Amino acid sequence: MTSLWTRIEPLLARVRKPARYIGCEDGAIIPQHDAAKVSWLLAYPDVYEVGLPNQGLQILYEILNERSDAVAERTYAPWVDLEALMRAEGIPLFSLETHRPGSFFDVIAFNLSAELVYTNVLNMLDLAGVPVRAEHRGPADAIVVVGGHAAFNPEPLADFIDAAVLGEGEEVVGEITEAVAAWKSSGRDSRRELHLALARIPGVYVPSLYEVGFEGDRIVSVRPTAPGVPDTVLKRTVSDLGQWTYPKRPLAPLTEVVHDRLSVEVFRGCTRGCRFCQAGMITRPVRERPAEQVRTMITEGLRRTGYNEVSLTSLSTADFSGIESVVTGIVPDPTACGAPTVSLPSLRVDAFTVGLANKVSGGRRSGLTFAPEAGTWRLRTVINKLITEEDLYGAVESAYANGWSRMKLYFLTGLPTETDVDTRGIAELAAGCVAVGRRHTNRASVTVSVGGFVPKAHTPFQWFGQNGVDELRRKIGVLRDDVARAKGVHMKWHDPAASLAEGIASRGDRRVGRVIERVWRSGGTFQEWTEFFVLDRWLDAMRAENLDPDWFTTRHRSEDEILPWDHLSAGLHRDFLWQDWRSALDEHGLPDCRWTPCYDCGVCTGDGLEHIVASAVPPAGGSQGTGQDLSRGGVAPVRVTIGARS
Amino acid sequence: MKWRVAYTKTGKIRFLGHLDMARVWERALRRTEVPVSMSSGFTPRPKLSFGLALPTGAESLVELLDVVVDDSFEFDAAVRAAVSSALPEGVEVFEARPSVNGISLQEDVVATTWVLALGAPGVLDSVDRLARSSEFVLERERKGERRRDDIRPGIIHLAACRDDEARRLSSLGWQAEGELVTATLTTSGRGIRPTELVEALVPGVEPWVTMTRVIRTHQWINDAGRHVDVLTGEPGVETLATVIA
Repeated sequence: MTSLWTRIEPLLARVRKPARYIGCEDGAIIPQHDAAKVSWLLAYPDVYEVGLPNQGLQILYEILNERSDAVAERTYAPWVDLEALMRAEGIPLFSLETHRPGSFFDVIAFNLSAELVYTNVLNMLDLAGVPVRAEHRGPADAIVVVGGHAAFNPEPLADFIDAAVLGEGEEVVGEITEAVAAWKSSGRDSRRELHLALARIPGVYVPSLYEVGFEGDRIVSVRPTAPGVPDTVLKRTVSDLGQWTYPKRPLAPLTEVVHDRLSVEVFRGCTRGCRFCQAGMITRPVRERPAEQVRTMITEGLRRTGYNEVSLTSLSTADFSGIESVVTGIVPDPTACGAPTVSLPSLRVDAFTVGLANKVSGGRRSGLTFAPEAGTWRLRTVINKLITEEDLYGAVESAYANGWSRMKLYFLTGLPTETDVDTRGIAELAAGCVAVGRRHTNRASVTVSVGGFVPKAHTPFQWFGQNGVDELRRKIGVLRDDVARAKGVHMKWHDPAASLAEGIASRGDRRVGRVIERVWRSGGTFQEWTEFFVLDRWLDAMRAENLDPDWFTTRHRSEDEILPWDHLSAGLHRDFLWQDWRSALDEHGLPDCRWTPCYDCGVCTGDGLEHIVASAVPPAGGSQGTGQDLSRGGVAPVRVTIGARS
Repeated sequence: MKWRVAYTKTGKIRFLGHLDMARVWERALRRTEVPVSMSSGFTPRPKLSFGLALPTGAESLVELLDVVVDDSFEFDAAVRAAVSSALPEGVEVFEARPSVNGISLQEDVVATTWVLALGAPGVLDSVDRLARSSEFVLERERKGERRRDDIRPGIIHLAACRDDEARRLSSLGWQAEGELVTATLTTSGRGIRPTELVEALVPGVEPWVTMTRVIRTHQWINDAGRHVDVLTGEPGVETLATVIA
């Protein structure tokens, strides 16, 4: 009897949203387990509604289940109510498809899309009955692997994981499967043997095979401790997205989830070069999916799932070469109830984008969101988000003219070189947008959403000392006062307390692992959820481990400092990142290399990759977030006017 | 044309809530290209109307849905099979007939019958006592106020489950541990939920701990003062007998 279902069943009517735990989604695969196959448990360390839409997990789920030598099931963090009942009844973490215990699986692989989920990783391992610390695991215990964006600095989790995968997982999961299969068939001896085999797979980092030397707080050396283990681990990249038409059987959940629609990924990577954006840096180069394939995936996906909404995903969907043809090509299907609608997340700030939004909205005017990120042109040159005021006002004008009356603007505060002029510039910009809107409607309103900036590894801002919690609170206060005086402007923000914990986890070294363990042991799970986040848990844990929060968060790093993740590579030259950081401080922008000559960030040249872009010219309209005049089609690359106010 | 569609909801899928179930239905009808009529207006919605909400965790042999489709469309056996296969396991569409009277499900259904599996020793005695009493007051705290609430008038029939009914359920694959109790509860006016009945029978225990399983077996409509089965139109013998008594 391997299924725990009959023990789980009596608990489910007693917890909130029990459909989280039953599986049964359209697209779910009930695998045929077989001792000869490598069994994967793909785990998302947050609640089901947040985790299910994750495309990375869905893609690997399908790829693994298509293999003859592997099976994969899924699991998500049980909500606190079920967890309490499970612990009381002695029921371990279970898989969704066959409700097998977590410890049954050969590999437990976590998708890490953010850092505050780390305590949930520990909690789920513990619930599964897998020893939390890697050194305590024996040959029979599951292999614990992490991947996803946050895995680009896995050092804070080094004590708890067997391996981290850097970059895209499509190919590497097969290679890991083969290594684990060989280890299983050779009698599953010492874990070290498997560790050595895993470390030889490109893109796989095995922390236990590296020794990190400290002098005081400072890292002085990072060395592999065994032959065949690379000095530097380089991320994996799929060269042609067009060859990976996944997910082919998208999961359509039964219960409502955060992105409750079909997702079709139109491209990976982004070369706009926003300096705060880890995703843009670590997913380069740009690889577009052929427009024709996008259309097929939309049609097939809608037919298969019954969804009537599709989201075209990427880091900047309006930049997709085929965007207009795809958007106009989605024809309403008269036989289905209702025409499908298209949602375009991550939009650029310009009128072209509004035109697109207008095309896809089908008369609905729920609200438009733009992300200028910073309140002044000066600060936008620092962060390389080269949106002019004309771009923004043009976009807003076009939006109001097309019938939208509500606008949402995303900003970061706590950016490098930010002064109160920049912070207050947010309110000025928002008020400017309302003024534009009031020419069209008296109901025009703008909501400003402000987040505290936390620097991330493998970005030009990795050397920046982030703002402390008090400073962020002060800035939010300054802005709030200004917003209160601006008619039609509303403001949303989170208390920045969690930014300190996020900072510690984002740029932490191995010593932070003990802090994470303490926070978890003191009951700190679901740290991404405001209602469960308690800053003192983190401060107490830091104190108990004799670690200074400022060392990890508010301190500026110097060029010669060995950063905890320097032996891990997203393909970006360290020199490039440092140069880009200096350019930021000098308020120099950097153009998008899709349409301008290569500045050798290292990604393409180092790995024999190239951008795959269907159009050699930038899409029409505005400055395209380059700060340049591209109105003539951008045939010749335009030199960026460095630092000048346009 | 409006069709009244009957389906089951049994097994794991019983943990899916009512609103989620409605969304699952919408998607299933789109996948099977059933030409559902859309409401007019700014955000057109498919014309589906679900009957009484089934509590999350409860199963049912007879759930109802009214759906308006193109006049030329027949909700025939082939369509029922196709829609069933597009719905999750445990949801089977077993009947669809044109809806004649046009009354909404919410108004039409006045009572439903349940079989409850109760894991509490001696619970049948409580069933007996409650069935014979003239009032049954639940006291509860609501918004800081103590409220007395007599649920007895809403209990139309209450008894140990008859052997033939238990056998029928078990032949349908419904397995439950504990004492089986049949209850017909009113849904109009102050409707009574199975959990409230269980609280009355076994006070002081979380109802979903006492009740290991619960299934709706019939839905009744009021036909000129008689309770008749919503699908077959047959009168509910037991129910009437008790009401008269």
